[in-house]
Amino acid sequence: MAYSEKVIEHYENPRNVGSLDQEDEAVGTGLVGAPACGDVMRLQIRVNDAGVIEDAKFKTFGCGSAIASSSLATEWIKGKTIDEAATIKNSQIAEELSLPPVKIHCSVLAEDAIKSAIEDFRKKRAAKQALAGQ
Amino acid sequence: MTANPVASARFAGLKFPIYMDNHATTPVDPRVLSAMLPYFTETFGNAASRTHAYGWTAEAAVDDARDTIAQLIGAESGKEIVFTSGATESDNLAIKGVAEYYKAKGNHIITTTIEHKAVLDSCKRLEKDGFSVTYVNVGPDGLVNPKDIEAAITDKTILVSVMLANNEVGTIQPIAEIGKLTRARGIIFHSDAVQGLGKTPFDVRAMNVDLASLTAHKIYGPKGVGALYVRRSKPRVRLSAQMDGGGHERGNRSGTLNVPGIVGFAKACKIFIEEGVAEAEKIRALRDRLYKKITAELDSVVLNGSAEHRLPGNLNISFAFVEGEGLMMAIKDVAVSSGSACTSASLEPSYVLRSMGLEEDMAHSSIRFGLGRFNTEEEIDYVAELVIAKVKRLRDMSPLYEMHKAGIDIKSIQWAAH
Repeated sequence: MAYSEKVIEHYENPRNVGSLDQEDEAVGTGLVGAPACGDVMRLQIRVNDAGVIEDAKFKTFGCGSAIASSSLATEWIKGKTIDEAATIKNSQIAEELSLPPVKIHCSVLAEDAIKSAIEDFRKKRAAKQALAGQ
Repeated sequence: MTANPVASARFAGLKFPIYMDNHATTPVDPRVLSAMLPYFTETFGNAASRTHAYGWTAEAAVDDARDTIAQLIGAESGKEIVFTSGATESDNLAIKGVAEYYKAKGNHIITTTIEHKAVLDSCKRLEKDGFSVTYVNVGPDGLVNPKDIEAAITDKTILVSVMLANNEVGTIQPIAEIGKLTRARGIIFHSDAVQGLGKTPFDVRAMNVDLASLTAHKIYGPKGVGALYVRRSKPRVRLSAQMDGGGHERGNRSGTLNVPGIVGFAKACKIFIEEGVAEAEKIRALRDRLYKKITAELDSVVLNGSAEHRLPGNLNISFAFVEGEGLMMAIKDVAVSSGSACTSASLEPSYVLRSMGLEEDMAHSSIRFGLGRFNTEEEIDYVAELVIAKVKRLRDMSPLYEMHKAGIDIKSIQWAAH
């Protein structure tokens, strides 16, 4: 399969590879996909008090398009508020990377990873606020 | 990024990408090409022309070729060789041809789950036409157990089809044992011998094979020419032709013969007759060198298929926690293939690896290295270093490898299938 230049560029120079402390209350973690399906993405965000994503990291098991989609996702969400980040659509990722139809699921997974990380962070924050309110 | 061994002066003489996909096809050996060339321009006759020297010369060349090909597989006579366009056609002709001819005798066929699609899809076609097919599974080592074939035989069984060597994992099947079973019961035995031809002992008489599919392009011959060995005595095997026309090849396969291709096919066989044994040893040593270097540096690497009953050039390994297509992209200096779903149009991982009971994630992580005549030790060393560096890099990016290192059992996690 011929990859687009942008996929190759992200694949060869992936942005924001790594891990954040999953136990940190400012960190949200999304783990999506399945090994049996050939792709797993873990995307993590660190969110400040103003609700802005200060840092994002990913690790991905998958093909070049999956790695590029997650790399691009971390790049896009850094500096955005969690509400803004939650509006990112897989179609935008697919378009930016010129993904062919058989690779659209890679961008779907990246969108899921963002949403899942935000969800995890929101749950943590709600739990913390509930605790503070007691 | 991890240092790329390309930068090393030690590998300055290599030509990229390095070809290690010799199960897919092989380059034409220059000696084969030289043998073929006159048959395009000078001795270009139609082997079916009986009225002039052009035709006679072509026919003589074709008959010589039959004898050489027959010799490589231990056939009694060149008359048992039916030329075709390639192994897909040979498989179709063998399976559908036998089914149609012998349908009054029975309607049951036995094959295996790891056959080439040309065999499996021919069988599926016959199922629609009222035949019954048993697909015998293989063990985790990628080998068919002859006892399983025996157990599947019924009084309606007319044909057993088992490949000589598998195209993905290179496992060499127990053809002689299966041949004993089928011969004792008067069942026709077909073997798709494409991958094993010249590379592992194959003797149609000693092994009681009645039909064998062969192709030139896997043995350094040209694409577009193949053959079907059709036993002529003890027993004589009959086929219903699948191609109607001028009645070429004793009525088994109509169509003007591809004389240059056939001459090339025979030359390729001749080289294997003369050099095959020594070449297999050389390639086996290169394959073992590659495997040892990789496993010395990387953990969680699994060899798929039997180590013992295996083609000398085949190395099919899964790099756990790394996805195959992602890895191939990283090692694009090497032409290989993968059992990963991402490389197939169906998005399903390799049915051969799945038949062996491999977990889907390990099937996604598999790479097939197919070594051949023209690979060198220098190439092996380069590829080993490249693979090691890139697998390490991708594992650094893999959430699964991080979990594995942290002692988390990946199978214990509830993954959401997508």
